[in-house]
Amino acid sequence: MESDRLQKIYIDFASVVFREEFLDNQYTQLQQLQDESEPKFVLQVGTLFLEDSEKLLNGLRSILDQQDVDFEKLDACVRKLMGSSASIGAKRVKNVCMAFHNSCKNGSKEGCLKCLQQVAQEYLLVKRKLETLFKLEKQILAAGGSVPVLSQ
Amino acid sequence: MGLGTVAEGDKRWWWNRNVIMVLWMMLSVGFCIGLHCHMRTESLRKAGETLTSMCEERARMLQEQFAVSVNHVHALAILVSTFHYQKNPPALDQVTFANYAARTSFERPLLNGVAYAERVVHAERELFENQQGWMIKTMKREPSPVQDEYAPVIYSQETVSYIEALDMMSGEVHWNQEDRENILRARATGKAVLTRPFRLLESNHLGVVLTFPVYLSGLPDDATTEERVKATAGYLGGAFDVESLVENLLHQLAGNQEIVVNVYDVTNTSEPLTMYGVHLPDGHMSLSHVSMLDFGDPFRKHQMKCRYRKKPPVSLSSITTPSGIFVICMLVGYIGYAAWSHYDNVKEDFRKMEELKKQAEAADVAKSQFLATVSHEIRTPMNGVLGMLDMLLDTDLNLTQKDYAQTAQVCGRALISLINEVLDRAKIEAGKLEIESVPFDLRSILDDVISLFSAKSREKGIELAVYVSDRVPTILTGDPGRFRQIITNLVGNSVKFTERGHVFVQVHLAEHVKMVIDAKTGLNGHANEMNITSATTVFNTLSGLEVANSRNTCESFKMLLSHGASLSCTFRSGSVPESIADKVTLVVSVEDTGIGIPVHAQDRVFTPFMQADSSTSRNYGGTGIGLSISKCLVELMGGKMNFTSRPHVGSTFTFTAVLQKCGKSSGVNTKRSLSEVLPTCFRGMRAILVDRQPVRAAVTKYHLRRLSIITEDVRTINEALHTLSGQNGYLNSSQPGKQPSIFLIEKDSWDPKIDFHIRNQLLQRKEAGHIEDVPKVVLLLTTESDKTRAGSHADNIIVKPLRASTMATCFQQMLGMGKCQNKDIVDNSASLRGLLDGKYILVVDDNKVNLRVAAAALKKYGAKVECVESGKSALSLLQPPHKFDACFMDVQMPEMDGFEATRQIRIMESKAYKEAPPDDGSVMAKRHLPILAMTADVIQATYEECAKCGMDGYVSKPFEEAQLYQAVAKFVVSQQIPGSS
Repeated sequence: MESDRLQKIYIDFASVVFREEFLDNQYTQLQQLQDESEPKFVLQVGTLFLEDSEKLLNGLRSILDQQDVDFEKLDACVRKLMGSSASIGAKRVKNVCMAFHNSCKNGSKEGCLKCLQQVAQEYLLVKRKLETLFKLEKQILAAGGSVPVLSQ
Repeated sequence: MGLGTVAEGDKRWWWNRNVIMVLWMMLSVGFCIGLHCHMRTESLRKAGETLTSMCEERARMLQEQFAVSVNHVHALAILVSTFHYQKNPPALDQVTFANYAARTSFERPLLNGVAYAERVVHAERELFENQQGWMIKTMKREPSPVQDEYAPVIYSQETVSYIEALDMMSGEVHWNQEDRENILRARATGKAVLTRPFRLLESNHLGVVLTFPVYLSGLPDDATTEERVKATAGYLGGAFDVESLVENLLHQLAGNQEIVVNVYDVTNTSEPLTMYGVHLPDGHMSLSHVSMLDFGDPFRKHQMKCRYRKKPPVSLSSITTPSGIFVICMLVGYIGYAAWSHYDNVKEDFRKMEELKKQAEAADVAKSQFLATVSHEIRTPMNGVLGMLDMLLDTDLNLTQKDYAQTAQVCGRALISLINEVLDRAKIEAGKLEIESVPFDLRSILDDVISLFSAKSREKGIELAVYVSDRVPTILTGDPGRFRQIITNLVGNSVKFTERGHVFVQVHLAEHVKMVIDAKTGLNGHANEMNITSATTVFNTLSGLEVANSRNTCESFKMLLSHGASLSCTFRSGSVPESIADKVTLVVSVEDTGIGIPVHAQDRVFTPFMQADSSTSRNYGGTGIGLSISKCLVELMGGKMNFTSRPHVGSTFTFTAVLQKCGKSSGVNTKRSLSEVLPTCFRGMRAILVDRQPVRAAVTKYHLRRLSIITEDVRTINEALHTLSGQNGYLNSSQPGKQPSIFLIEKDSWDPKIDFHIRNQLLQRKEAGHIEDVPKVVLLLTTESDKTRAGSHADNIIVKPLRASTMATCFQQMLGMGKCQNKDIVDNSASLRGLLDGKYILVVDDNKVNLRVAAAALKKYGAKVECVESGKSALSLLQPPHKFDACFMDVQMPEMDGFEATRQIRIMESKAYKEAPPDDGSVMAKRHLPILAMTADVIQATYEECAKCGMDGYVSKPFEEAQLYQAVAKFVVSQQIPGSS
């Protein structure tokens, strides 16, 4: 049974992702939101998140590249990133964003730079995980199985 | 801080106590020393007084003795004067004088001897010498030189004969001169004159010489000195041995040893001459007394000085008394000190105790709190575990896996229920459990409980039934949750411990039960006899098995039934006594035919974690906490719980609960919402019940009555058929169309043969035109397995426990009524879906991901969602009039944030309202668009801030179902009233 095997792989992989807190409950809730009317909801949101975050990260970089950092603008960007990561359930990104947000409030450029690095790192990690998950989902669907709903 | 002051105070206190102790010691030492001194001075004073009196006494006696001697000398002088000078020739010579003097010497014990010296002037010296025949000699026994006059001794006592012929007026300067002067003084004064003390010649004692003048004759008392000198004939002298005088005297007196007596001649004050006594150094002169002595010589002054030989000893009492007092003082002080310290210790101990008590109480509370917290904390993840197991069971599992998962789930549920119980227990202990007071429907709660155990009872094949007296009001006010908990616990226990027979829950009014029991007392004897009959007897109980307090239940149940009917009739017509009271006391009994409780374990049934015996938990599981909680709960509800149990027969747990009647005003509405809604479409239907057991029949009738089905019960099927046909004719005449449409048969009256029989009979009757329609046959079973046995001839089968709603559904299906139209039904179990279904909702968020997720979540609950990405576009969409029912607004947005957008929307709304005042309800309702803030951090968007700019609430991002529900319910409900209809 190809789909069973894939499902097993998917569950194993996902449980690691959850255990290491790349994703949290919110992601499973998104999965629950997915139904016949929107069969690719998670994929869509995920992709949206990845694209959006990429842009936001670039924005953050460009703001921090400037000599005089506009912390307010920076904070708005960080908040946005925080919001979307919370929505998708990317917990680690969200956590770093919170630290980032604090750095913005304190106006410490050094801290912001450090956080940016971390956020970029976490983003890449979660991106890889999400992409893998999506790929597996696709495979499972292709094999005729159903994507197992996960839970923390 | 507080502790510090206490410690400081303590220290000062301690310090004070010691200082007081030291002060007390010093005080008592001072007092004792003072007392000692006082006693010493007092004793000294007494000694002084004694000394004075002794001294005075001695002086007086000495003086007296002396005076006596002087008087004798005086008498002797008169003798000499009389017999020597007034006789011619003198009748006295030396021999006579000596003889006389010697013989009278006892009169003068103090005088060594006496002598008489004649006054001889120089002119008469020769004559005198011739007459006497000897020369006048001086003291040195030399012939006396020429003098003016001489005083030779002519007569002398033998003891002093050595001075015969000696001239008393001659002699050594140092004393004879004085002698001479003495003589001169004596004759001038006519009184006894004393010399100063000197060593007497013979005895070497200190002594004085007494000189007494002898006058010639008839000298008057007031004679002048010259006359006296002229009349002087001679001098009588005697030596006083003062020393022996005093010695003698002292010997006669008491206290001689103690005192030292000194006698001085103090004529020359600067140089006192010792007459008696040893001159001691002045060491012991502290206490002395001086008494003046008058020896009759005015010229000479004498004094007696007395003092103690030894320094008066310090009296014992002056030492013992103060030391005794000191010891007493010390003891008193010690006692005081000890009492004080003991008091302090006790006080300190008491304080500690108080502290410990507080700690213990706090610990107890903490324990309960800890239990509560831990239980709660365990419950939360356990719910997760159970939920996941649920989900796991939904997935494709092979049989083994399924079994494992199910076992895990069962265990998890058991754990959860245990935790809940512990939580309850902890809450009760912490006094935190409060009994609610809300209206509820007792019957539906009982139905719920019954259905909870239906699977188990079916499995075991035990009859599980509920009967609620008709007189129990439908809606009561109390704590339904707790009530349910108690009954669930009791029924659960009963079901657990019962393998055959029945579990029967009854609810009656307390006064009713009492009445019946009172009425029944007469019946007891009869009931006894009946029960003594053999074990094969079918008992008149639900299942026909014996029950623990059968005497009470089975008999009184019948009574209750009959009384209930009759009483309710009378009450309906007449006054209803208990309706006056606001409170209703229910008696709930749960009767089973289980294993019963061993007699020895019966008294600890209500102790937490105590089961009848250790094997119980092995065989039946459970922890034994349930009953104790139930008891606590019953007590909290103002009732009592007790039980009767007979091993291997069964147990009956009975508890009372005081509930309030529901106020009439709220009656209808609450009834509608609280009760499980039973269809009303069976009203007026008739049914026939075939049941051999009257109690069971009563229960079935009770359920049917709730469905408003009129029931007639008969014992056998034949009887039933008979009734059917008999009734038919009767009914046709009076109530056409009201023929029994349901034919209920208990399983023990059933077998497939009868099945055919009934069917045929019924068909026959129909054909005969006796009945219009064949009644549907319903079989009542206890176990699922009986179904197969029942065959297919019954129209329907109901597996017990009976429940009004299950019966209703069954009848509906069977009679083909479809879903009963029940207008009363209002879906009160409002879910989010119910709230949001079909609502237009605008979601505003600049974050696409958030937007997407929020929209999807809301859509899931049936809402129609529109999304915009900025406040401005939201404003344009919300230009009234608009179609939206609610708006979810992100707070943080570029250009225009959520608060600002909301403010603008509110301005727009009020403007629109002013321009076009509403003419119908729907516009009115939409005048205020509910706007909910969406925020990632709840702290920032406090409710106040939301409210300030006109928002209706906030939800966190991402949505949490419960919170979303709360927030949405607030405005949807408020809108629903004008919106519905």
